[in-house]
Amino acid sequence: MHAGYGGTLILKGVDLQLQQGQIGVIAGPNGAGKSTLLKSIFGLLTVHSGSIQLAGELITNVEPNVLVKRGMAFVPQEKNVFESLSVEENLQMGAYLRRDNYNHLLEKIYADFPPLAIKRKQPAGELSGGQRQMVAIARALMMEPRLILLDEPTAGLSPLFMEEIFAQILGINADGVSVLMVEQNARQALTIADQGFILTAGKNRYTDSGQHLLQNPEVAKSFLGG
Amino acid sequence: MTTRLDRRQFILFASLLLLIVLVFAGMGSAYAVRMLVEASCFAVIALGLTIQWGYAGLFNAGVMGFIALGGYMAVLFSYPVNAAFWNSQGPAALLGVAGRLLLGIVSIVLLRQVHRIGVGRHWRNVLLTLAVIATYLTFLTAINPAADLIEGQAGFIGGLGLPVGLGWLMGGLAAAAVGYWIGRICLGLRSDYLAIATLGIAEIIKAFLKNADWLTHGTLTVSPLPWPVPTPGEIGFVGARSAFLALMVVLIAVIYMLLQRAYQSPWGRIIRAIRDNETAAAAMGKDVNRRRLQIFVLGSLLMGIGGAALVSFSRIFDPSGFIPLHHTFLLWVMVILGGAGNNLGTLFGAVLVYIIWVMSEPATLLVFDFIRETGSQWFDWVAPADLDSRALQMRVFIIGLTITLVLRFAPKGVIPEEVVRH
Amino acid sequence: MNKLVFFANKVVISGFAIGSVYAMGAIGVTLVFAILRFAHFAHGDLMTVGAFFAYALTVLFPTAGASLGLPTGFVMLPLAMAMTALFAMALDRLFYRKLRANGVKPVVMVMASIGVALMLQGLVRLFAGTASRSFFIAEHKEIFRIALPIEGITRKLVITEPQILLVVFSVLVVTVLHFFLTRSRFGKAMRAMSDNADLARVSGINTQTVVMMTWVIAGALAAAAGVLLSLDVSLKPDMSFNLLLPIFAAAIVGGVGSPFGAIAGAYMVGFAETLAVFNWSVLLRPLAGWLPAWIEIPVKLAFVPTEYKLTVPFFILVVVLIWRPTGMFRGKVL
Repeated sequence: MHAGYGGTLILKGVDLQLQQGQIGVIAGPNGAGKSTLLKSIFGLLTVHSGSIQLAGELITNVEPNVLVKRGMAFVPQEKNVFESLSVEENLQMGAYLRRDNYNHLLEKIYADFPPLAIKRKQPAGELSGGQRQMVAIARALMMEPRLILLDEPTAGLSPLFMEEIFAQILGINADGVSVLMVEQNARQALTIADQGFILTAGKNRYTDSGQHLLQNPEVAKSFLGG
Repeated sequence: MTTRLDRRQFILFASLLLLIVLVFAGMGSAYAVRMLVEASCFAVIALGLTIQWGYAGLFNAGVMGFIALGGYMAVLFSYPVNAAFWNSQGPAALLGVAGRLLLGIVSIVLLRQVHRIGVGRHWRNVLLTLAVIATYLTFLTAINPAADLIEGQAGFIGGLGLPVGLGWLMGGLAAAAVGYWIGRICLGLRSDYLAIATLGIAEIIKAFLKNADWLTHGTLTVSPLPWPVPTPGEIGFVGARSAFLALMVVLIAVIYMLLQRAYQSPWGRIIRAIRDNETAAAAMGKDVNRRRLQIFVLGSLLMGIGGAALVSFSRIFDPSGFIPLHHTFLLWVMVILGGAGNNLGTLFGAVLVYIIWVMSEPATLLVFDFIRETGSQWFDWVAPADLDSRALQMRVFIIGLTITLVLRFAPKGVIPEEVVRH
Repeated sequence: MNKLVFFANKVVISGFAIGSVYAMGAIGVTLVFAILRFAHFAHGDLMTVGAFFAYALTVLFPTAGASLGLPTGFVMLPLAMAMTALFAMALDRLFYRKLRANGVKPVVMVMASIGVALMLQGLVRLFAGTASRSFFIAEHKEIFRIALPIEGITRKLVITEPQILLVVFSVLVVTVLHFFLTRSRFGKAMRAMSDNADLARVSGINTQTVVMMTWVIAGALAAAAGVLLSLDVSLKPDMSFNLLLPIFAAAIVGGVGSPFGAIAGAYMVGFAETLAVFNWSVLLRPLAGWLPAWIEIPVKLAFVPTEYKLTVPFFILVVVLIWRPTGMFRGKVL
């Protein structure tokens, strides 16, 4: 797959595959095109050549709102909550395309993310970083997606919150949702990964299971800080 | 540095020349030269606008105000002295008003310092607000009788009888001062706010010039304004207008050369860097807003000078004659059609658009005459009595349409500014 | 006491009336600002166009209002609002959408909107001339003179039927808008998009629909403001540019992107205008006995002469831009 912003090509031939129900982690140095890859998959950038498939269906350059209907969700890295809307309204926006009654889902999410239940009437902009990340992930779950794309879900969080977010991701995955995430904290993320992809200069250098990548001395030396 | 004329530009300018020749042939020399002088005044103003919009992306929706202000300064400095005013009680009355104003300002300045003698910040602000209001009201109650006095005894204060060139310069400086003030307030904010603020200031300047009869003679107008060159009364229409044109051409050449020099200088490089990539320029430690303010003031200066020249040439100062369509939006069409940020393109756009604008008046009337005739002959349609004045509104429509079309299909104009990629 | 009634007539009632007009304009401007991210300079002309739709309908059916006991222009208002809403959508499709798709800077959108404003002005004057017109063709404007039941007051409270309609209608609109924005799915989507357009897109909100809805609301409210103002005063083809500055001032004072801030800002600007041009000598003269002898009450003591009314919104705008560019109610920093 080739893709990029405007005239500049950032991805120059990436090839990756994720099985239903797996956790995939994309790691690599800065500027390797990790975020670009996620945005391209979600139809936010133009893919110039190559194809993207979701469960066998072609979804190359399909509009995000169509992808959401097909069971895909995306959590951006920054500005990923509606700051002036309350927590509950954020979740409602996540369920914007649902026309059925989704109260049971709302209750389940409040049970899974207890801090959100307490602050449900509060504007999301007033929440702490970790709680905002929860709102962002919870918003994406409102459509009950098959696949959720996470762009650096732990960026800027303290180690304590980081653990919590990883636990949440495992929980989501346990409910049968496939996860594809970009992660700066590669070592930690690869421990929970079924599939790991190491991206450099717009290409995937290594593709293997998380465990194998962690044990690969070359990978460890170049990308995981020894 | 000179810009090499390429083939395309050569064709464009040759066609423009042909158009001018046609106007000379069709309408006579006196008319054509007059049109060219006006076009050249607009060209100076357009240069001011093109550096604001093209160099710095600053959006001025109130060019009219700067033109009007420049025009009035030309009146104030170059119109002959009104002896009736200086012999009346007017100067004394004005002095009285100025005295009260000064007193107020001094007390405000002093009050700003009262926190030094232990008055709390809150109370200082209260006192300051009261002082400002009191000063303003005193000024307001004092100025009305003074204005009535002047209007009754002398009409208006007249001019200072100084050389016309000085009037133009002062026009530029006054416009630059207003530009500085408004720029200081708006430049740190979103670009839209500058547009709103300039739109407002232009209307306020016009309202002031129109209503302050004691100062500007208001709607009673001031004429005849002196010229920097011999007037038609002395050497005939064609000769005088040609002399004026020659002066304008020299002025434009000087401004153009200075702008090109500045453009190539380190200062110009910074300006271009800001235009092409604001974030990067800011990251390199360039004070983006200060540079922009400089550009905005410089542009306002040119607008003031151009406005002063325009008013001088028309020989009459009539504040009601300033209309946004003619004095703001027409200029925009010149700039964006010619090529924003490209001085040569702007000059081209100014002359071309002005010719089209002037010629469109008889053309529109002709078309509507035809519509009226056919309407009444074929459909028994009785045209409204004010059809002619309505017909001229078509020009408003055309200007609006041109703006939207150019923005969409040729956003860089016919002689685009080359953005150098690094 | 009579002077106070005079004050109420000149300041309170007119302030409410003009404030309501500004409010309906400013809500539209602030919504367009928040969702499409540019200052819509053609908004005043959208008002004029709306008023002319209603006027055309009134000319066609001059007696339609009589059966309902309301001015015909007001009866035609819903229809005019619908027409203007469609018109605003058409404008977006013809002139703004393509530019938006090209990803131009907001300033270019502002320029385009001025181009549109000029086109609308030209068209309105071409078809309707430049003279002012009255909406009251087959009926007359109802003016209520209410005698106050207080001893010693002879001056009557004067309020016109259009003024009553204006205030009632704008209160209604504001209430409906409030429930729309806070309760309905679509209203929340609008708020979400004004908050974070990218995230709205990611959430599956169809941004094109939200944009269209914004134009529908802005157009309908602009028409309402234009029609009700023209009913109260008269229909002037050149009213647009004079309305633009107070409306922008109201939207910015209230904080861009906040409809309720815009309403507050609109009444603030409206009252500031009427207070500023009011002749305070009228109220001071009865106090002359108590004031020291050296204070002489001038015949006319207004903060701002009527000719300079436009300076009031401008002054407010400048003060807000200097002290609090985000507006009085913490609007978004755009």
